[in-house]
Amino acid sequence: MSTPETEVMQQPATPAGPMIRTLMGIAMLSGFLVVLTYQLTKPIIEENQRRAIEAAVFQVIPDAVARKDFVVNETGVVAVTAENPAEGIPIYAGYDQEGQLKGIAAKAAAQGYADIIYLLYGYEPECQCIRGIKVLKLAETPGLGDKIITDANFVANFDALDASLNDAGSDLANDIVTVKHGTKQNPWEIDAISGATISAKAVGKALNLSAKALLPKLAPQVEKLKEDPPRQPPEQVEEQVN
Amino acid sequence: MSKRSNDSITWGTFSEGLWRDNPVFVMLLGMCPVLAVTNSAINALAMGLATTFVLLASGALISLLRHSIPKQVRIATYIVIIATFVTIVDYAIQAISLDLYNALGAFIQLIVANCMILGRAEAYASRNRPLKSFTNALGMGAGFTLALLCLGVVREVLGAGSLFGIDLFGPRFEPWVVMILPAGGFIVLGAWLLLFEWLKQRKERLELEAAAETR
Amino acid sequence: MSKKPTIELRTSPHAHAGGDVVRIMRNVVYAMLPICAFTIWQFGLSALALLLVVTATCMASERLFNRLSSQPSSLGDWSAAITGILLALTLPPGFPLWMGAVAAFAAVALGKALFGGLGMNAMNPALIGRAFVQAAFPVAITTWTPAFFEGRFTSFVPTTLTPPFLQPPVIGDWVTSVTVDAFSGATPLALQKFEGVQMDAMDMLLGTTAGSAGETSALLILICGLYLAARRMLDWRIPVLVMLGAAVTAGIFFLIDPVKYPDPLFVFLSGGLMLGAWFMASDMVGSPVTPLGVVIYALMIGVLTVIIRLFGGLTEGVMYAILLGNAATPLIDQLTQPRVFGEQRVGK
Repeated sequence: MSTPETEVMQQPATPAGPMIRTLMGIAMLSGFLVVLTYQLTKPIIEENQRRAIEAAVFQVIPDAVARKDFVVNETGVVAVTAENPAEGIPIYAGYDQEGQLKGIAAKAAAQGYADIIYLLYGYEPECQCIRGIKVLKLAETPGLGDKIITDANFVANFDALDASLNDAGSDLANDIVTVKHGTKQNPWEIDAISGATISAKAVGKALNLSAKALLPKLAPQVEKLKEDPPRQPPEQVEEQVN
Repeated sequence: MSKRSNDSITWGTFSEGLWRDNPVFVMLLGMCPVLAVTNSAINALAMGLATTFVLLASGALISLLRHSIPKQVRIATYIVIIATFVTIVDYAIQAISLDLYNALGAFIQLIVANCMILGRAEAYASRNRPLKSFTNALGMGAGFTLALLCLGVVREVLGAGSLFGIDLFGPRFEPWVVMILPAGGFIVLGAWLLLFEWLKQRKERLELEAAAETR
Repeated sequence: MSKKPTIELRTSPHAHAGGDVVRIMRNVVYAMLPICAFTIWQFGLSALALLLVVTATCMASERLFNRLSSQPSSLGDWSAAITGILLALTLPPGFPLWMGAVAAFAAVALGKALFGGLGMNAMNPALIGRAFVQAAFPVAITTWTPAFFEGRFTSFVPTTLTPPFLQPPVIGDWVTSVTVDAFSGATPLALQKFEGVQMDAMDMLLGTTAGSAGETSALLILICGLYLAARRMLDWRIPVLVMLGAAVTAGIFFLIDPVKYPDPLFVFLSGGLMLGAWFMASDMVGSPVTPLGVVIYALMIGVLTVIIRLFGGLTEGVMYAILLGNAATPLIDQLTQPRVFGEQRVGK
């Protein structure tokens, strides 16, 4: 630096040039570092995210080994690819080894005790029922509200929870409701957890809202989901070849 | 501190952050992650390491550039440098484990607002040689990580009956749910502060007594 | 502190009423004894053990903190015993004893010792203890046992003797084995909130329902509270206004929708409102000293209780309402300072 640093009381006035040069230099260095990291980590992060979604989808759709992403909107069911990111309610179709459609996973959410509970549920078109749920995000009281994940009796509600449509296909035949623990009588009722009523009710409400909004639109389009089953993931293709 | 003419790196350069000026227990800096993400030991450790990395990298870089950064734009420069490394950590954690990333949530990005890091940049890295700044940042980072671990371990052991996810007391243990909740963070932090203050006062008292005896 | 002040300022002749901290505290203990006795009659050995353990732990913690801070023992002023008894009365009768001890320690440590002892605490220590275990052990604190069950004087509720740090056993089977009619383990408040069933007012008045150890009989609490008020050991305006605030708020909602919201009488008699209003909100330390402040404080507790009950996730709101009231007390006191005689109004 050319400025003599003799004046202590008065700050030496730095000309604008060095300031701009420094800031630009720093900004370029930062940009370079961030882009470098982004490029290095991008494939790993995408792989992680794919695995996380797949693990969730395969958990709620029994027997599924491959998945394909769709959205449901006014035009019907549209496949989502990297080139064609369509807008609408996202759903994931799960297929088994032979490429048969096994079920459809969709997201649901409702206000729980502490915060909104986010769920992924698997719907099976053949039995018109919900075959499994997975909690994506939960802030309920540990030990109480998180029984919706751990309580075996509660989870058993979703072995085959009825979500059939009415004759007109415009709405659910019966609303999905959470009932008091021990009083479940119909296949569309969810047996609540004693002591965690609010969280259990939130699950029922979330499923009901989502199913009401999604299934009437989805039902006429199910055939379309069966049309073009996805290719097997590479490692499984190899297994079949061997 | 700024008037220190001694330029050599001593044990004190490193240990300052560990004990005497511990960022959490003595300076009470960076309370936001301290209270928010210490509900398990693994979260606390990850947060501590991430912060340490940002502290080290930004400290070294700022110290390296300290003569070429004009005074008027230094804060802006520091923030850009810190934000860069925070972004790098953010991507790195996403790549290492999505679960961990979800558990830490917004607090990774919020490292940028951790006043301890900017404070170190302003008070130390901009006035000392890179190696010395690096050593000091290492001590500060270690002190921060240690403090987070102190909270995380207590909260996880009491609140979940496990340590680093390993079950300690068997299935019949009754977890103290409050410890994982935000209130537990405040209670445990308060208890640790109490302990540190008590130790400090006891040490001072002992030193006084020792001085009185030798006289 | 029972220590006499070293400086006494007295200009005018004052007639001493003969009351001091110890005497008041002792009378509060007397007033709570009938409630304790009723609880023991109602819930048997478990309630007795809980009362003893919680009170003893409170006193032991008080002594411990006295010693740590090199203060003379303050056990003699009875305040630790009161905290213990009150805390035990707010817990479920079958609450595991070790959790009761944790609650008692938290009450004295966090609620009292940290602030510097009796008179310095910002909030009611017993409620701090209960709030701590409410957050720490949410399952155990909502596990209720039926009143007047068979063999209550010869055996404990299974949860009472849980070994320290272990989970209490699930008592659903035990409950059905000792009760004749179907007992769902729900308090009147929970029944009302989640199932829309309203309990008989007479049952709640006499205390034959499930609930915390000391909150079930509204009538008995009322009598004991009136005794204290009659002896001028508590400010009768606080409990009366708390209940007025609760009743008016509940009444408004009842008029809006009588199906969804409970009637004011139910709000009155259910849960811990009586106990809280008479024995906790009226605590001298945590309540305002100005006359107007007392009114604001008490009404606020009553209104908050009903609002938390009706719209919160929990069934009971008295505890948090009183703690909030305690927290607001310094502010209320400051805003309602009466004008000193002869002083000019500021800004007028």
